[in-house]
Amino acid sequence: MCLAIPGKIVELDRNAAHLGTVEVAGVRRKVDLGLLQEDMPVAGDWVLIHVGFAMTKISEQDALEQMNLLQMLGEAEQAMQEVRGYGIDESGGEHGQEHSRPN
Amino acid sequence: MRYVDEFRDPELITKASEEIYRLADPDRHYRIMEVCGGHTHAIYRFGLKDVLPSNIELIHGPGCPVCVLPMGRIDDGLAVAKNSNVVFAAFGDMMRVPGTHGSPFEHKARGTDVRIVYSPADALQIARKNPEKHVMFFAIGFETTAPSTALTLMRAKAEGIKNFSVFCNHVTIIPAIRAILDSPDMRLDAFIGPGHVSTVIGCRPYEWIARNEGKPVVTSGFEPLDLLQSLVMLLRQLRAGEARVENQYKRVVPWEGNRAALKAMAEVFQLRPYFEWRGLGFISQSALKIRDEYAEWDAEQRFPIPGTRVTDPKAAQCGEVLKGVLKPAQCKLFGNECTPEHPIGALMVSSEGSCAAYYNYEHRKAAAMVTSISSVA
Amino acid sequence: MNGKSAVESARAATRFRDPQIEMAHGAGGKASRRLVEGLFAPLLYQSTGEALGDAARVRIDGTAIAVTTDSFVVRPLRFPGGSIGELAVNGTMNDLAVSGAEGHALVATFVLEEGLPTSVLEAEVRAMAGAAERAGVVMVGGDTKVVERGKADGMYITTTGIGRFMPQVTVDAKSVRAGDKILLSGPIGDHGITILLARGELDLEANLASDTRCILSLVQAVASEAAPGIRWMRDPTRGGVATTLNELARDCGLGIVLSEEEIPMRDEVRGACELLGLDPLHIANEGQFLAVVAPEYADAALNALNQAEGGEDACIIGEVRSEPACAVLVTTRYGGSRIVDMLVGDPLPRIC
Repeated sequence: MCLAIPGKIVELDRNAAHLGTVEVAGVRRKVDLGLLQEDMPVAGDWVLIHVGFAMTKISEQDALEQMNLLQMLGEAEQAMQEVRGYGIDESGGEHGQEHSRPN
Repeated sequence: MRYVDEFRDPELITKASEEIYRLADPDRHYRIMEVCGGHTHAIYRFGLKDVLPSNIELIHGPGCPVCVLPMGRIDDGLAVAKNSNVVFAAFGDMMRVPGTHGSPFEHKARGTDVRIVYSPADALQIARKNPEKHVMFFAIGFETTAPSTALTLMRAKAEGIKNFSVFCNHVTIIPAIRAILDSPDMRLDAFIGPGHVSTVIGCRPYEWIARNEGKPVVTSGFEPLDLLQSLVMLLRQLRAGEARVENQYKRVVPWEGNRAALKAMAEVFQLRPYFEWRGLGFISQSALKIRDEYAEWDAEQRFPIPGTRVTDPKAAQCGEVLKGVLKPAQCKLFGNECTPEHPIGALMVSSEGSCAAYYNYEHRKAAAMVTSISSVA
Repeated sequence: MNGKSAVESARAATRFRDPQIEMAHGAGGKASRRLVEGLFAPLLYQSTGEALGDAARVRIDGTAIAVTTDSFVVRPLRFPGGSIGELAVNGTMNDLAVSGAEGHALVATFVLEEGLPTSVLEAEVRAMAGAAERAGVVMVGGDTKVVERGKADGMYITTTGIGRFMPQVTVDAKSVRAGDKILLSGPIGDHGITILLARGELDLEANLASDTRCILSLVQAVASEAAPGIRWMRDPTRGGVATTLNELARDCGLGIVLSEEEIPMRDEVRGACELLGLDPLHIANEGQFLAVVAPEYADAALNALNQAEGGEDACIIGEVRSEPACAVLVTTRYGGSRIVDMLVGDPLPRIC
């Protein structure tokens, strides 16, 4: 089953080294951290949970980078269009005509 | 970050959609397969087709572990459960999958002790709490889920819990993709690679698809922005005539995979020489079985298994839909004899089955519109 | 004389084809409906052509009385926010309220399991007394049976209520028109998820409580400002909002379009549903109701609800349209949409 969701580690179990408590939107669940033993998470880390096990740590750095990339979509094209507008770039026409837009 | 809301931002979705329109060559028809059932569902759930140009065709792959399980395996598992003190524990997804003599839920109504669990650890816990019963966990899933089953078996062994076993139906994704590419009726341009399987196996296992078959692969997340961004990345490669493996789901998928998970799997499982997949036939080295060191916890070694082989009903076209050759609506039984309420095959009941996704998100909409139009006319 | 003659009943054909009863038949979704419409209705219920509602309208010497009954099978018996006793009183009062009736009196039957501690029974009876007082209804009688150890999950309670219809309020799916607004009294999913967590089978914890309450005062608030505009009401118990609205869509032949981001839900419910792969629209509620109101009365109705105690979170979640006919469509923020069906099967057994 693909269902896997992000959750934040709020507590590591003092008695069982492989267990931790994860919180998702205010709901707390015990998860097994055994698959992350080579790089154990600490409280505050975000992990991906699948069938009660933490599969991997979620990198906030990578997530933010991705958001930046998404924000920049279209900006490269805008820059190109501006440049073309000045008549500096003569190669033009590789984009052809536009398709119909979604509403 | 909440890791959910940000990846559903409407403005960014629009931006990504516009970029896809810009990149897609109007003279080309793109056939892109999303391997993973979870991706199929996300695509329908978020209505992503509505924001894509019509010359991008998304083809549903066989990445649904419940769907590819032949009916005979369910019959075998339920046969074990017929023993009076056996508890049949499985994920909710399995409960309405039809076996020859009914689904697990139907067996429950006839007296079999069938229980839904959300984790193999839950199944082990039932065993701990009920020493007089034997709990058999009917394990399904690709490499995403196999490590959790493996760890659970390791814990059972370490604790000496004897009233627990696993009926193992774990399968591996690469042979399935290979079978798709080997299939003569499939012409594909690129792949949206599995998201969560890749957290375990990493991205290297897909390199042969790019190198040998010349098709780009982008491992993708499951939010709308993830899928759209993956399509942007695939289209950029296709435009440039490139074929590489890229990782869109960087925040979660490590390129090298999860070593601890792979180790756990290697400790507990070995590859079966071959395994039957619904729709794809027998594929060698494509499924996991429990190693002899864990034989005591292997349901197939502890209990007599009938070894039933059941072919799908003739009219059902589960196999073709699984391979992507047919769209769900093209199966003759779709929407008539086969609906989520009375499914003929697992694709209509599994949360990752393409027939279920299509039925719940698209078909009913279209059918309702037709009813409305015809009643107005 | 109401009802069928014995000869008619004996001859009536049934359409229910399932060979045995399964949990799904009690879940409130499609299977339940099949059972009621295919077996109970043809054999037992008078064929008035009316859709089966929450309460029946019975005429005695020209006066219309509302009658309804409901049984409560819950595991565990006590949970955050309430217990089976409260559910038993509130549930039946609510069925009357959404049928446009003020509950006047209740009777209760108890099926008790041998070995049930008296303290447990007493706690539930006290809970019922308290709930009845808060709801303004009297308990006028009942019956008790005891069954062997191992049956009855501790106790089952059935309550039957009678009441008088509120003047000016008519509840009829056939009166619903395209353009009508759909009001929801408060956040969804609290009850079902609370029960699931209270079972302790999952390692899930959250700060959640059942929303069980008598909603009569809220219905009265709406009636006081917008009675002529009320088309239809129902409480979304088993099967959730999705099942209830699908029933309406089928009964009125129109389409219902909901806006996903308008539907109020606590974070914890959302989180639990995500963790478990459940759809909040299919989760049971025990203290909410849906009302379909004519557009010109919608604002007044919503205002009256928001002003009433307990109605602060009420909101308009969608509207009735001519299409997609007989279906419920949920739209997302960025234009995607999906059809939401009735509950199929029974993901959460024994929740109310």
